[in-house]
Amino acid sequence: MSGTNQSSEPLIRVSHLKQYFPISTGFFQTRPLKAVDDISFDIMEGETLGLVGESGCGKTTAGRTILHLYKPTDGEVIYRGKSIRTAKDIEEFRRKATMVFQDPYSSLDPRMTVADIIGEPLDVQHLYKTKEERRERILELMDHVGLNSEHAARYAHEFSGGQRQRVGIARSLAVNPDFIVCDEPVSALDVSIQAQVINMFDELQEKLNLTYLFIAHDLLVVRHISDRIAVMYLGHMVELAGADEIYDRPLHPYTRALISAVPVPDPVQARANQRIPMTGEIPSPLNAPPGCPFHTRCPYAKESCKESMPELREIEKGRFVACHRIEEIG
Amino acid sequence: MALLEVKDLHTSFFTDAGEVRAVNGVSFTLDRGKVLGIVGESGSGKSVTAYSIMQILASTGKIVSGSIKFEGEELVGADEKKMKEIRGNRISIIFQDPMTSLNPTYTIGHQLMEAILLHTNRNKQQAWDRAVEMLRLVNVNEPEKRMKQYPFEFSGGMRQRVMIAMALACEPDILIADEPTTALDVTIQAGILELMKEIQKEMGMAIIMITHDLGVVAQLCDEVVVMYAGSICEQGTADEIFYNPCHEYTKGLLRSIPTTGNEGQRLQPISGTPIDLLNMPRGCAFAPRCDAAMKICINEKCERFLINDNHAAACWMNIKKAKEGGKQ
Repeated sequence: MSGTNQSSEPLIRVSHLKQYFPISTGFFQTRPLKAVDDISFDIMEGETLGLVGESGCGKTTAGRTILHLYKPTDGEVIYRGKSIRTAKDIEEFRRKATMVFQDPYSSLDPRMTVADIIGEPLDVQHLYKTKEERRERILELMDHVGLNSEHAARYAHEFSGGQRQRVGIARSLAVNPDFIVCDEPVSALDVSIQAQVINMFDELQEKLNLTYLFIAHDLLVVRHISDRIAVMYLGHMVELAGADEIYDRPLHPYTRALISAVPVPDPVQARANQRIPMTGEIPSPLNAPPGCPFHTRCPYAKESCKESMPELREIEKGRFVACHRIEEIG
Repeated sequence: MALLEVKDLHTSFFTDAGEVRAVNGVSFTLDRGKVLGIVGESGSGKSVTAYSIMQILASTGKIVSGSIKFEGEELVGADEKKMKEIRGNRISIIFQDPMTSLNPTYTIGHQLMEAILLHTNRNKQQAWDRAVEMLRLVNVNEPEKRMKQYPFEFSGGMRQRVMIAMALACEPDILIADEPTTALDVTIQAGILELMKEIQKEMGMAIIMITHDLGVVAQLCDEVVVMYAGSICEQGTADEIFYNPCHEYTKGLLRSIPTTGNEGQRLQPISGTPIDLLNMPRGCAFAPRCDAAMKICINEKCERFLINDNHAAACWMNIKKAKEGGKQ
């Protein structure tokens, strides 16, 4: 299986996952939009896997489909060796896998107090016997994310962006999960607050032995927090490797261009950096090019790249790349 | 003479909750052909500074005092006729969100030509040609065909290129870019920044780059102004700001971003939350969040200290470092 590791059992195994959305193109006619098209990878227990790519590459859809917020078109998600298929599986899985959303301004109900927002998953999953137990659990969760107990009776609008994101994180921790999908959790925050929240993710991971799928477009943030990084392009996974390796020595032509475009906060380095330009724009996933999805913008593309889709293969230990010509371009 | 000289600018918004002092004594100069970065987090007053220069503040906003001199001419208190001559013609602005800055009901060509017809003596045909030329300049493929298309047919990066083309059509002396790439992907952002740099060199205009992204600043700017709570905490050349930061806030910002240097370590965040502009502290605005705050920081606002000829910071920590008599 591509993109997977056979040595020990992963916490989450994603296997040939596909998510197609029907787009209507006329009366009774639909065409599939292939948002996620056959991706496979493992996430080990206690690991942070970063998922990066440009907008529209399917990274958010991938995260949501893994949690079964969308029903996968094909493929499966295996949690601790058990495939998630039935409604009962999904219900159990949701007690172990939760999500933190991007926008702390729209993901919290303005009419609920912080205590109720954090307590709602406890109500839904019936995770307490007495009111007192519920209250204690809420206060414990607030303590985990660095909120004061006196904040419990307040409403979301009374908080700053960073504090709201803390509420969102406390809510996602309520069911005591071991896997959290973080969808751009810091991109709406100010720089000075971002670091606080990033550190908190790190601390919570150590304290509660959490596993993260960290979806973001800020490559410096992703590199900082991730053990491994997966790069997506047009619904496909094009590269998967250790965070430092992918940053210091990207292999796939798309990853190379992506990494070289990151603005480094250092004037001398910025002046020295040579960007690898990418021609054209990302094609619409409705009209995905045949063969390798990146061939339309790839400086190394050849005729053969238009014909068949490259498999994600392990070319060095722990380095997976989907490119026909990777050996030639070196 | 500096192209633009802003001196002790105070801009406030008069809201029901009281006077919000969004810009609190901002001074800087901008020379021809230079790129000035204004950095700060949301609410620091960086955009309001730009809007004050253009005089496009919301109806509750008002320039309370200070002076904005463009080529030696005072803009504060200038009448609307005068401002119309300057806006879009001599000083242009591009906004953050390219998705909402274009009118969806008109073609790109119509909107580009509108700006050109308004500010120059060209006739329709000449304006069309100029618009096509501008689209070509910003690397839009098949500009003749694109002129007849509507904004929805353009991607985000392409729309921002159109906005740049529109802003540059009258060859302004100053281009104000308010977070022009924040809504875009890094690959698109890199293209836009390179384009701005190229055009800037070619046309010799000055750019005011407003951003929260220190990476963008490092990429593009010659000089940097760091703002916090409506005031400038530090200003100087980009190298001075990045390699010799002298204000605790700037130091904190640089420490808190993930870089290749702090890989694998915990980041060092700035503690606390951003300031409430309705409840400003008596002394240094950053003091409540500052780890190095002293008694004087809480009681007294810091004056500007000259660190060297290219660098000034408003932080009491520099009182010893500041040049003899460099206090301003």
